[in-house]
Amino acid sequence: MTDIIATSGGVKWPSDKVSTIPFQVYTDENQYKIENERIFKGSTWNYLCLDAELPEPGSFIVSRIGETPIVITRDEDGQLNGFVNRCAHRGSLLCLKHKGKAENLTCVYHAWSYDLKGNLTGVAFQRGVKRQGGMPDQFKKEDYNLRKIHVTEFSGLVFGSFSDDAPDIESYLGSEIADRIRRVLNRPVRILGHNTQVLNNNWKLYMENTKDSYHASILHTFFTTFELNRLNQKGGIIVDDSGGNHVSYSKIDPSLSNDDYGSQNIRSSKDEYRLEDPSLLDGVDEYGDGVTLQILTVFPGLVLQQIQNAIAIRQIVPTGVETTELVWTYLGFQDDDEAMVERRLKQANLAGPAGFISMEDGAVGNFVQRGINGTEEDTSVVMMGGETAESQAFRATETSVRGFWKKYRTLIEGQVPNA
Amino acid sequence: MNEQTRNLIENLMAEYVSRIDNDDLERWPDLFTDKCLYSVTNRENHAQGYAHGAIWANSKGMLKDRVSALREANIYEEQVYRHIGDAVRLITLDNDIVTVQSNFMVVRTMHTGDIHLFATGMYLDRIRIQGDTALFEERIVVCDSQKIDTLLAIPL
Repeated sequence: MTDIIATSGGVKWPSDKVSTIPFQVYTDENQYKIENERIFKGSTWNYLCLDAELPEPGSFIVSRIGETPIVITRDEDGQLNGFVNRCAHRGSLLCLKHKGKAENLTCVYHAWSYDLKGNLTGVAFQRGVKRQGGMPDQFKKEDYNLRKIHVTEFSGLVFGSFSDDAPDIESYLGSEIADRIRRVLNRPVRILGHNTQVLNNNWKLYMENTKDSYHASILHTFFTTFELNRLNQKGGIIVDDSGGNHVSYSKIDPSLSNDDYGSQNIRSSKDEYRLEDPSLLDGVDEYGDGVTLQILTVFPGLVLQQIQNAIAIRQIVPTGVETTELVWTYLGFQDDDEAMVERRLKQANLAGPAGFISMEDGAVGNFVQRGINGTEEDTSVVMMGGETAESQAFRATETSVRGFWKKYRTLIEGQVPNA
Repeated sequence: MNEQTRNLIENLMAEYVSRIDNDDLERWPDLFTDKCLYSVTNRENHAQGYAHGAIWANSKGMLKDRVSALREANIYEEQVYRHIGDAVRLITLDNDIVTVQSNFMVVRTMHTGDIHLFATGMYLDRIRIQGDTALFEERIVVCDSQKIDTLLAIPL
């Protein structure tokens, strides 16, 4: 095992377990480069956009896999295509607009032009001007297509992969995760808005935070006070076999007492706190299963959120070793009536950069990043609920955080760790 | 717009900024009518007609809840805003409802001393004038950028 860790070229782990994490993984430039090769360009499926954002032939939108710029198109046949958003000639960004409609993609620099499948179709002055200059005869356009990636769609979510080895998307997700994506995205969506939260921390700290059900009712007082998410609610954690994907869910169960909380001296027990306008929390059980919260992640960078009727997608995009962008897309459905839209707009206050129950998540990764400054040789510990990464029927656990590291180390080291 | 109306509106704008920048947030909701709309959005959403706001409230009660959450529930590092605004431009005047626009810039200073240009944008306001009071019936805060650094705790 030690040899494998050493030859992986990355940060050294204290053991083959996933319950002790070297702080260096959040600060090391070389590790960040390795992640780009083995995770973002490895055999993973990276969330790119919604199918609904490419409504018709000619639609295009830009996104990112890791820091790599990507463009996704819908071609004349209605098929999705993805490629690096980079002209094959000199490497200039090809699409400068975030989204739009086009018959072809033309680089502004020297007007090289590509069809919607990413094939080079036009080279300005290929035959020169007045028989002077131009490309040599051996230049073949088919050798200079855009760098294509694999694209797949699942329940309206579009994913991309650089790797020929990524399994089909449903196997990648695992059946339990796939079912719970279908549960939320069960009908045509309607976009309610976007924003981007700039996180001053390594991307992994945000992904871990999202998988960490232990902190939810401790850091986020709002949640606890209004009984949206107490550890003694019914619920649990599902981790897929690879470890990388998870679902955390809870159902409100008024028959369970909250006695366990009082003795913990936890800051968040402010039972006297009441809302002036409680209509904020007037949720409806739109899925008919009593689940008030379902947070789902797909490795390496997708979060699908259902908090009551607040549905959102968060795309985690690294922008540097210690900076990350969290791209939020707030969703409703085409069949929402006016009251449902209003309900979603209200409940959108719960999550997002100004979220009553989640704004802290924008800051806490930076608290870690600042806290570990200068002592990166040390480690953090994630042992709540054991040292492995299996599904558990309770939420006072860090099992899905360990799952993240199981998947991460599998990809980085080429071997499944002891989890 | 007569001089009295203009004075009322300018005073409302000044009070709004003062109550936020001087940590007098408990009196911030009092500048809105009971049924109101306050939303913090961005140019992209606004241009697309997307109704989502990072903060979205349609009652004075929700604004009060925003303040009490900041005081009681949410965790964020100590920070202050400094709003810089320009003159208010009249868009429409219809009896007791005045719609106006103005630009703003907000600099955020953290307890560490770090200073950031946090937001720039436009206020789109519907103001109700009743006798000698002016209140926001609607304030849409359209930020130029879709990016929000770290978190948006204090309202813009």
